[in-house]
Amino acid sequence: MLAKCFRCVNCAARSLCVLAVFLASHTLFAEGPSSTPSIFAPASTPASSIYELSLFVLAITGGIFVTVAGLIAYVIFRFRQRGQDDVSEPAQIYGSTQVELAWTVIPVLIVVVLFLTTARMIFAIQDAPKPKSALDVTVVGHQFWWEFNYPKLGIRAVNELHVPLSSPQDPKPTFLTLLSADVMHSFWVPQLSGKIDLIPNHVNNLWIDPQHPGLYVGQCGQFCGVQHAKMLLRVYVDTPEQFAAWVKNQQQQAVSDDRVAEGRHVFETQACMNCHTVTGTAATGRFGPDLTHLMSRDTLASGATTNTPENLREWTRNPDTYKPGSLMPAMQLSDQQLDQVTAYLATLR
Amino acid sequence: MADSTYPMPGSLAEAPRQRWSQAAILEWLHSWVTTVDHKKLGILYMLYSIFFLLVGGVEAILIRIQLMQPNLHFISPQVFNRLFTMHGTTMVFLVGMTYIFGFANYLIPLMIGARDMAFPRLNALSFWLTFFGGLLLYYSFIGGGGLYGQGNAPDVGWWAYAPLTSRAFTPGHSTDYWALSLIVTGFGTIGASVNVVATALCMRCKGMTLMRLPLFVWLNVVTSALALITITPLTAAQIMLLIDRYLGGHFFDTQAGGSAVVWAHFFWIFGHPEVYVLVLPAFAIANEVIPVFSRKAIFGYPAMAAASVAIAFVSLGVWAHHMFTIGMTSVGNAFFVLSTMLVGIPTGIKIFNWVATMWGGKIRFATPMLFCTGFLVQFLLAGLTGIMLSVAPWDWQLHNSYFVIAHFHYVLVGGIVFCIFAGIYYWYPKVTGRLLNETLGKWHFWLFVIGFHITFDLMHIPGLLGMPRSIYTYEANRGWGTLNMIISIGGLIQAVAVLVFAVNLVWSYFKGKEAGNDPWDAWTLEWAAASPPPAYNFATDPVVTSRRPLWDLKHPEDPDWKYE
Repeated sequence: MLAKCFRCVNCAARSLCVLAVFLASHTLFAEGPSSTPSIFAPASTPASSIYELSLFVLAITGGIFVTVAGLIAYVIFRFRQRGQDDVSEPAQIYGSTQVELAWTVIPVLIVVVLFLTTARMIFAIQDAPKPKSALDVTVVGHQFWWEFNYPKLGIRAVNELHVPLSSPQDPKPTFLTLLSADVMHSFWVPQLSGKIDLIPNHVNNLWIDPQHPGLYVGQCGQFCGVQHAKMLLRVYVDTPEQFAAWVKNQQQQAVSDDRVAEGRHVFETQACMNCHTVTGTAATGRFGPDLTHLMSRDTLASGATTNTPENLREWTRNPDTYKPGSLMPAMQLSDQQLDQVTAYLATLR
Repeated sequence: MADSTYPMPGSLAEAPRQRWSQAAILEWLHSWVTTVDHKKLGILYMLYSIFFLLVGGVEAILIRIQLMQPNLHFISPQVFNRLFTMHGTTMVFLVGMTYIFGFANYLIPLMIGARDMAFPRLNALSFWLTFFGGLLLYYSFIGGGGLYGQGNAPDVGWWAYAPLTSRAFTPGHSTDYWALSLIVTGFGTIGASVNVVATALCMRCKGMTLMRLPLFVWLNVVTSALALITITPLTAAQIMLLIDRYLGGHFFDTQAGGSAVVWAHFFWIFGHPEVYVLVLPAFAIANEVIPVFSRKAIFGYPAMAAASVAIAFVSLGVWAHHMFTIGMTSVGNAFFVLSTMLVGIPTGIKIFNWVATMWGGKIRFATPMLFCTGFLVQFLLAGLTGIMLSVAPWDWQLHNSYFVIAHFHYVLVGGIVFCIFAGIYYWYPKVTGRLLNETLGKWHFWLFVIGFHITFDLMHIPGLLGMPRSIYTYEANRGWGTLNMIISIGGLIQAVAVLVFAVNLVWSYFKGKEAGNDPWDAWTLEWAAASPPPAYNFATDPVVTSRRPLWDLKHPEDPDWKYE
């Protein structure tokens, strides 16, 4: 009896969970970007196609679960031993070819259906033709940050990917080429598409065509070392005007402001410039993020904290405050040097 | 339960009790270290497995405490990465790979009417290799930093993807301990597997044809054959890794033109069949427990044996479903979708056959059967989430998310660990002569099943909400906090359940109810031997005429051999 009750409760609880996910996906994050990157709130064709496929698969597997779990529950209830004194043995049945054949053939048919549906979707997403209007971006994974190169626009952005809005009338998909500078990473923004790994010596591709403007969050999906958890991803889907303005700003050389010359001096005489680039200056390091337009970004350290002058100063003083194990060393700068270099960095818009 | 015993030719009527005296303690220890007896080695394997189950469990609890809330600082990211690497490696290689040989060693000779395994000394060698492999892995906590001083366990994930394992990214010796210990335990596994196959094929008693072999033995033969195939690429990959690290090789050195993808192929050519290596012995246990407690012969014996072979065979061609996000061609992806879905067919046959075995029976819900019932339902669900993951486009979303973690814990805990518990409750009386306490057993079951479902049912959801695995903390605004808190509480409930189990194991050893030879009124040969069986198992070789020799003895009016 207890076992049976448990099964029922268990069954109900599980259905409730599934229901909750669905309600949440339809009410809370119905359309557009959300801070919870649910795969059930797609905002781009690949993610939507996967979402529809997932509903189909859920329906089939749900049907199988209800049928078989129902059968198990019935067997547990119906054929439990009734009374300890009933020691006679039940009739022995050794098998039945017809029955066994039936429950072999039905799963075969289900597999055929599932496979054909899946294969169609694989080809539709993976082998989609690239339209002329597409934007190319090369993504390079680093421990533990993202580099986004726009080869045709001459832009090198960091950690925050800006892409144009796409619509059925005016398709402007973004095609990503994904590489890695060190170990394996994985690019995953659930509302926009499934993930794909970034692998050294191995070029991968992915495309998105976001339909709603706003900020989409994701993060590295392949364990890549100490700070894998804080290798966060932010994708800004911009309206055409926003995107044009962003591109224009990113194409500028770094702002040169004589009022922060001391900070720039610190930056260029300490080890900072070995790893960081600021275009138009002596700093051409490639190991760390490009800082030319540092202040155009909302976050620092690949999303580990917000980009304010105070956080920037603390991050420069001791990166372990926000991201213990990050590859940027604490440079042991004096308070004065910190103030100066922060003032300098704060001008890099 | 039947009190009367049914004398099998050669079995002893009474169990000889072990005499204990203080002076003999050294001799006693010596006898355990030097033993080549399959029963003692089986017990050693089981104790080893349970010990590391507790260790891996503690690691899991620490991980769950860290993840209870966003941005906690309970443990550092470095320690977290070590813990999940050690948790995975421990549970797969030190718990999963050893429980198999614990049960197989103890039971196979008894079930086939033999006096020992085919190669007793290879058996001992295999156990001690595995034992020292485990010690080597855990020594890394002290010695992993080597000359650099402080301890440092492996922190590259139990899948250890290249090139994170190269010396450029993981200096120090932790990764070396990981690779070496898996090579050593791997040799142990190969020795034990050879032994299981040889024993089952060559040591069967008179009348025990392959078609009369208990399904437990059948499945263990399939398991061991599969282990022989799958351990090899893992060992090869570990050797290549060590060559890369110390002899200037470039197999996985991407900076010098090596391939990270090749490591992934090697690892999963081992790693996916490994899942079936772990799960088939669990099926083996269910194949014995479900019929006995349903009071019916197994339904469709030939189909059950054939389905096991089919699962093993198909499982060799599905590995790249772990690599749908690695960037294979669309045709490659489609191939592995199909092969993966095909595994569902023999697995489905097994579930249906178990249900059909229970159909029309008189099911006794003693603790072993409770665990097997939990296993049936949970394994069904694990299989269905497996189908979801085999749908490659959906896997592009779910891969490396908490959905996958939930899925494979459903298989490994909901399927395998439940069967291990069922097996321990079922055969403990044979091994010790005393039954495990049923009240504690029921507490163990209900606490564990509730904790399990709180943890692993809910764990699917953060995956659907975009939470990746292997992260030591997460952002506060992602909406994953509450779920993770509840998941962690479920983990603590499971920990309590396992403690109840540990208490039961110890308490029942001294105070448990005397079991007699055949406490469950079962049908296979091991129940004809004394509890615990003498060193030689059977005084004279038994002779069998059907799959259920003890059924034939108990029901001379309607024996099995009439129908087989």
